[in-house]
Amino acid sequence: MSDAKFFQRGKIQELRLELNSDKKDRNYTRKKQTLKKIVANMTMGNDMSSLHQDVIACMSIPVLEVKKMVYLFLINYAKAKPEMAYEAIQTFRRDVEDPNPLIRALAIRTMGYIHVDKVTSCLIQPLRHCMRDQDPYVRKTAAVCVAKLFMQDRHLVENAGFIDLLREMLVDSNPSVVANAVAALTEISERSDHIQLQLNMSIASKLVTALNECSEWGQTYILESLMFVVPQEPGDAEMLAERIAPRLQHANSAVVLTAVKVIVYLMNYMSRDEDIHSMCKKLSPPLVTLLSSGPEVQYVGLRNILLVIQKHPEILKNDIKIFFCKYNDPIYVKMAKLEIMFRLASEHNVEQVLSELKEYATEVDVDFVRKAVRSIGRLAVKIESTAQRCVEALLELIQTKVNYVVQESIVVIKDIFRKYPNQYESIIGVLCENLDNLDEPEAKAAMIWIIGQYADRIENSDELLDDFLYTFLEETVEVQLALLTATVKLFIKRPTAGQDLVPKVLKWATEEVDNPDLRDRGYIYWRLLSTDVAAAKAVVLSEKPHISTETDNMDPVLLEELLLHIASLSAIYHKAPTTFIPHCKPRFLIPSPALRRQNYNAGRTLQHQDSYSSLHNSAQYQQSQSNMRSPRSDEDDGNGGLDEFVSSPKQPQHQRLSYHEQSFEQVAEASIGNQEYYEQKINAENPYRTDTAAVGGSQANRGGGVDLMSFDL
Amino acid sequence: MISAFFIYNQKGEVLISRLYRQDLKRSIADIFRIQVISNTDVRSPIITLGSTSFFHVRHENLYIVALTKWNANAALIFEFCYRVITVGRSYFGKFDEEAVKANFVLIYELLDEVLDFGYPQNSEADTLKMYITTESVKSERAVMEDSAKITIQATGATSWRRSDVKYRKNEAFIDVIESVNLLLSAQGNVLRADVAGQIMMRAYLSGTPECKFGLNDKVLLEKDPSNRRKTSNTVEIDDCQFHQCVKLGKFDSDRTISFIPPDGEFELMRYRTSDNINLPFKVHPVVIEIGKSKIEYRILVKANFSSKLYANNVVLNIPTPLNTAGVTCTASSGKAKYVPAENSIVWKIPRFQGQSEFTLTGEANLTAMTHKKAWSRPPISMDFQVLMFTSSGLLVRFLKVFEKNNYQSVKWVRYMTKAGNYQIRF
Repeated sequence: MSDAKFFQRGKIQELRLELNSDKKDRNYTRKKQTLKKIVANMTMGNDMSSLHQDVIACMSIPVLEVKKMVYLFLINYAKAKPEMAYEAIQTFRRDVEDPNPLIRALAIRTMGYIHVDKVTSCLIQPLRHCMRDQDPYVRKTAAVCVAKLFMQDRHLVENAGFIDLLREMLVDSNPSVVANAVAALTEISERSDHIQLQLNMSIASKLVTALNECSEWGQTYILESLMFVVPQEPGDAEMLAERIAPRLQHANSAVVLTAVKVIVYLMNYMSRDEDIHSMCKKLSPPLVTLLSSGPEVQYVGLRNILLVIQKHPEILKNDIKIFFCKYNDPIYVKMAKLEIMFRLASEHNVEQVLSELKEYATEVDVDFVRKAVRSIGRLAVKIESTAQRCVEALLELIQTKVNYVVQESIVVIKDIFRKYPNQYESIIGVLCENLDNLDEPEAKAAMIWIIGQYADRIENSDELLDDFLYTFLEETVEVQLALLTATVKLFIKRPTAGQDLVPKVLKWATEEVDNPDLRDRGYIYWRLLSTDVAAAKAVVLSEKPHISTETDNMDPVLLEELLLHIASLSAIYHKAPTTFIPHCKPRFLIPSPALRRQNYNAGRTLQHQDSYSSLHNSAQYQQSQSNMRSPRSDEDDGNGGLDEFVSSPKQPQHQRLSYHEQSFEQVAEASIGNQEYYEQKINAENPYRTDTAAVGGSQANRGGGVDLMSFDL
Repeated sequence: MISAFFIYNQKGEVLISRLYRQDLKRSIADIFRIQVISNTDVRSPIITLGSTSFFHVRHENLYIVALTKWNANAALIFEFCYRVITVGRSYFGKFDEEAVKANFVLIYELLDEVLDFGYPQNSEADTLKMYITTESVKSERAVMEDSAKITIQATGATSWRRSDVKYRKNEAFIDVIESVNLLLSAQGNVLRADVAGQIMMRAYLSGTPECKFGLNDKVLLEKDPSNRRKTSNTVEIDDCQFHQCVKLGKFDSDRTISFIPPDGEFELMRYRTSDNINLPFKVHPVVIEIGKSKIEYRILVKANFSSKLYANNVVLNIPTPLNTAGVTCTASSGKAKYVPAENSIVWKIPRFQGQSEFTLTGEANLTAMTHKKAWSRPPISMDFQVLMFTSSGLLVRFLKVFEKNNYQSVKWVRYMTKAGNYQIRF
């Protein structure tokens, strides 16, 4: 019997009559059919909430299928019609006492979805029972239910002792219960202002044992929670990573990537380079294998690989062929592969990479072709020995006369000129043949820069510039700036050719244009030229700083943060989660004696000290302090070390604040050690300062006219 | 985690909608329809609008969509979407619009079970079928009578297998299926060649059998000194992945593959190798553009495996330019035909004996070009199946079954190599 026929708009009135009809209804077939119609209409987005009384009346029917449909109806409309939820409470009460564990679980699961205060208050008592139910299926459902309840009423969960109950579940004999309890605790910790999950080694070790018996999803939850272990000794980190490593062989990519995340995280706490090296070796093959999954998972894998290889370049460095694009890969996979190819390109494989890129540059998708062309140019800048061949490849592409290919080529050729001045001038002639087709600002600006830079060697440079100047006032600022500078260069190099153009441009730039940057630059040139031409020459034609593809590298602080989010959305977008997820807790490497020191993350961790310490309440904080001093002491106490991994949220707020100052020093001391502390503190503050100074400085450079060209790189 | 789960048909009509969290409303479903289904140029399987992220997977004529407002584990969400498809296929044979519409109530039941508050739970079709069935009466009875067994099954350490399986005849079938991927440059160099293998098992074994499985894996065999002599015949596996029934810890420590199999068909392992690949087919294309109105094709294809074997369903797709007016071609075996809709000559050879070779000669006539862009020359792609042949040289050495009843079991093994992405540039 097909249910497809129910997918048609039903009239509320008719449905109500059908539900209430007195006709003989053996096995409730008629009722079931009507309910199916209602569910189908609900799916289609038709409002069925006005039927609530009639639907709730069906709850008494002793057929499971009917019950499930009524529950679905309840979940959908309870918020809109809270009064109907009241009527259901009696049934729920009966069901949570049912001898059948599946029915008990169904009842609490459904109650958890219904966000009506009265239902919630009826849930608390049974939920507490269910968390200690003898059946594991009920317990695991109850664990998730706590997380549901937390989303609805945090204080209730915190004050009714549910957190403690969840904590007890971490040592449950059933792996499924453990996994769900861990998932619930992780989510609560991520959302709560004053509950922070922290796992010590003994509990982590128990969780890893449960890992072997869990379902694949459970394994992911447990692995995820291991991000909250802060190893106090390098040995702990190594041991944990070693035990997790077999997960890299799992068929489920979620398990694999989450295991990668934990291992990459633990590497920060390892001391010996050979351990890190051997872990890196283990990471490569599973990452490659991700590429034989479905295209969506491939995409997730590729974006994460891009992060991992930036931190640990030895991973995958010999596997570049895997990332060659297939003709029929989806575009998102191709784009992601291209970026990895560029990163992995080196002296050894550049020949293959270049011939691949040339192949891609003839494909159909415009964005992909552009990216391929751009990569050829970047390759020339990255690897000097191949520059000549990249330039040849670009010239070939320009000959195809495909508009966007030509424009993209010109943009990258400008970079090549910047990197290798005075080397490839012979190609300028070819470039000049394609001036008419330029319509994108970036390509125009690049071409103008080339003309200005080689004004003395291009015979008709004044005519070319004059052509561009014809539309000066309609151009974008980018092009206007380039034109202004190029004209001044022309004048300095060939005063006779430029003397007609310069006054015209300066006048436009200073009088006709509203953009302050352009105006300022115009004035500076004007004054320079009118006071001291020699000085103007020194400024405008000065030696330009070198460029390299290092600028493409990700900010190390951001990279470090993203690595803590491998497999997640933010690792795909390469954006910190705090930038697009509201109320998201930032993650960072928590200092411990074992944390490997890197100059940038020292600055980072200390900077984050505020948020770090405010996540902890005092009782738990002290415990973690004592933990740091004697990391293993907890194993002997009777609780099996259960006390400190989740704080109990009963401490008043103001205590946390008073802790603030002290905690900064204490943690720094504990993690760095007394002697190095002051030195470290200085270092910790400095990188930030110099960083911002450097950024400010380069901005100053742009305005100051030391090298007015460097702005575009 | 997952906040909502939708299934759409191609028109963008919602076939299944289930909200798991209060942070979204049903109306969000329209946004996906507008942004993705009615958009002709979708460039990512993940789209984030504001703080809501849409993950989608396409299958048959369906969009499987999961939503989240959290920095969720993207791999997990896609794997879950894939799993919904697998479970659906296991239940309904096919998972398409028709199947979803015909079973929507059951799908709601399944979704309630496999996702709790957006967290994927046990989603093994075998276990689910114990208490959620297409015949509601049966599932009703199961829930009432076998509840304890079900709950243990759904949460236990071997959640993929029931304990009460019984067969009169105990049999196990192993299929080694290799997809060989090739990318050959226009100059005839191998740019990449690798094999993605799959070992499928159909286990019809009673009780709770412990299986041990052995391959001619180089790492394993070289460890054992008694096997030193025979090591020429081994395969170096780059990486492998296992079904969740395989004890990973054991594999990690001594590379033995041991497991308690689920009942029926499942994918035991996947592997990848790029060392010493035997390419089953060699292709030599000669494609010459004569002026602007004609292209000459001469394609030679040779089977590179033993003459005792043969390949089935060999198909070559030979691209032609977009402005092709007509093609004349002759093939020394099989049928070759110009298919304008695919812009290619499709050459089909139903049976291809090992060591033999065939040629296709042809000529494409082109109409006058209206646009300047040169032909991008997409690669020739090839499809085939070769039975009892593995490109990697992989062999199954043994499959041992241990069960407390000590019954005899019959095991079968079959090999097949098929084309994955077999592409030849010219």
